[in-house]
Amino acid sequence: MASGPREWHRSSRRSIGKPLPTTMIASPALRIADMSFAWPTQAAPCLDIAAFELARGERVFLHGPSGSGKSTLLALLGGVALPQRGNIEVLGHELSKLSASARDALRADHVGFLFQQFNLLPWLPAIDNVLLPCAFSARRREQTNSAGSPLLEAERLLAQLDLDRSLWHQSAGSLSVGQQQRVAAARALIGRPEIVIADEPTSALDAERQQAFVDLLLQETAAAGAALIFVSHDHRLAGHFDRSVALEAISRGTTGMSEKSA
Amino acid sequence: MNALLSILKLAVRSAWSRRGTLGLMLASIMLSTALLLAIERVRVDTRQSFRQSVAGVDLVVGARTGATQLMLHAVFHSGSGALPLRWDSYQAIATHPATDWALPLSLGDSHRNQAVLGTSADYFRHFRHGDRQPLRFREGRPFDKLFEAVLGSEVAERLGYANGQKIVLSHGLTDGGALATGHDDKPFVVVGILAPTGTPVDRTIHVSLESITALHLDWVAGTPMSGFHIPAAMVGKFDLTPKEISAVLVGLRQRTDVFRMQRFVNEFRGEALIAVLPGVALDELWQAIGIMERTLLGVSALVVLIGLCGLAATLLAGLNERRRELAILRALGAGPGQIFALLMIEGMLVTTAGAMLGALLVSFAGALAAPWLLSAFGIVLNPGLPSGNEFALLAGVVATGLLASMIPGWRAWRMSLADGLTPRA
Repeated sequence: MASGPREWHRSSRRSIGKPLPTTMIASPALRIADMSFAWPTQAAPCLDIAAFELARGERVFLHGPSGSGKSTLLALLGGVALPQRGNIEVLGHELSKLSASARDALRADHVGFLFQQFNLLPWLPAIDNVLLPCAFSARRREQTNSAGSPLLEAERLLAQLDLDRSLWHQSAGSLSVGQQQRVAAARALIGRPEIVIADEPTSALDAERQQAFVDLLLQETAAAGAALIFVSHDHRLAGHFDRSVALEAISRGTTGMSEKSA
Repeated sequence: MNALLSILKLAVRSAWSRRGTLGLMLASIMLSTALLLAIERVRVDTRQSFRQSVAGVDLVVGARTGATQLMLHAVFHSGSGALPLRWDSYQAIATHPATDWALPLSLGDSHRNQAVLGTSADYFRHFRHGDRQPLRFREGRPFDKLFEAVLGSEVAERLGYANGQKIVLSHGLTDGGALATGHDDKPFVVVGILAPTGTPVDRTIHVSLESITALHLDWVAGTPMSGFHIPAAMVGKFDLTPKEISAVLVGLRQRTDVFRMQRFVNEFRGEALIAVLPGVALDELWQAIGIMERTLLGVSALVVLIGLCGLAATLLAGLNERRRELAILRALGAGPGQIFALLMIEGMLVTTAGAMLGALLVSFAGALAAPWLLSAFGIVLNPGLPSGNEFALLAGVVATGLLASMIPGWRAWRMSLADGLTPRA
């Protein structure tokens, strides 16, 4: 799976992939300003955020009960959906000013995602799942050079995340949920994306393993120098983060009413 | 290029993970493609076989009847006997300045369901089959005396006859069972066996015209004369020039004379005759058969279409279970276009593989069935890989598969836009 970027996006990608100007480096990982969003079938916006900022390398616990618009926020931060009003900036790039394919490229290059569960392609070996981002992003592939190669970096991350070597070449579907989440974490981290977005990644884990996984994730994102948004409804996990934010506190949207996904 | 390659690899591995379902779809596309190709191949090769049965014959002449009927009777020895033509008519044609050769044909007897053809020994010199190849003897020689017979290769093989075998002819084109009236008083001896030709010659017993006359010396109106019998040893004392024959195959000195000769025959004073150009008569035959052929081809094309609809339906049905997979790829940076491509590639892989396997299946099955088709229907099935029309049909299957794959591709594209990064699955 060591293959490269989509050539047809190269022009749009070059503007993103080139070294960021100093003003851009100073820009935060994420910035949301006066943003509101409603799904096409909704009358009232389900998210309406006046201001939110995530500094580079900062690790934020974003608390939101079910139906508070977490999934919507993920789609917006990933550039899959665009707000009707206001700005979302990812590493200084205003998403609404980018083309759809440029947003796809930005997401591939700079954002690692970690979902609740079913993060992996079950028919693909664990190690190949970890390598997937390198197939979609040349930048993330190049960023594995310090380890020698994408494969070596994937192995380093899996070892770091304490996944037994014998499991690396098993198909992802045959691993336990906890093992799968560690593989998914390695995938989110490979190629050192600036931002890692985790959506309740511990919800499928046993209570005692949840904190261990959160700590591991915090430690690895810190090691990779990535900013982390950790979305969860479980307050107990907030302890070790730099900052904790309640989604209800920053969003004026109609919450709990017509959330897109449960 | 690289991204396309990784999408392709993912498509292949994803398809492999669902190989059970997709394998069934592959099989259905393979079988339907094979059916389509087989019908086309039999259609084309049947025509070719028919055409090869009359290579080198410029005109078929007989008493006035339908062109197709005359062809079927004279060349394929099937159909009820048409009216006979008189011997002097034959002589007028044979001695016409434009005529190179004229082979008299006399049909009406048989041996164990194999047609017996009375003709002249010139038959073995002038008759052509396939790409104008002459007849070859596998063993023995042409007949040159009374009551000698030359067997087509298949007659010899099927009945297990060799040179020296004595055979008895019966009157009529088929055995009449207990009612059969035989020529058992005048047995024939096999003196030669022809090499296979892939034409009706293989299923024919050739004897001299004089032998046919001799057989019927003591016959009147299709039955033996009662109380009157001429033994085989005595027939030589009679004039054995036939009074009438069934048809004439004519070869001209120059093909350009064909219409002149045809007019000569059609306007012949002595009796009502018809001269048929084999190619034209066959074209008429194909026109009659063509509707059925096209129907068959149409039905088999529908079968292919059903197979491809099944593929599209299978991919669509599987899409819901794959929403996670597509969302993951989306989160990794795949655009909706790539998701579309993923589904398209999968459909194309199955269609293309199915079509290729179908073509192979036809080639193999064709090679296996060829001997049987030849012996049962006289159709020479060309072995080997598809060519010409069959490639066009294959391309049609793949192109339709492409269209069918666009449906799930489009659906996945819509889905990946609507789902964002968290599928509602």
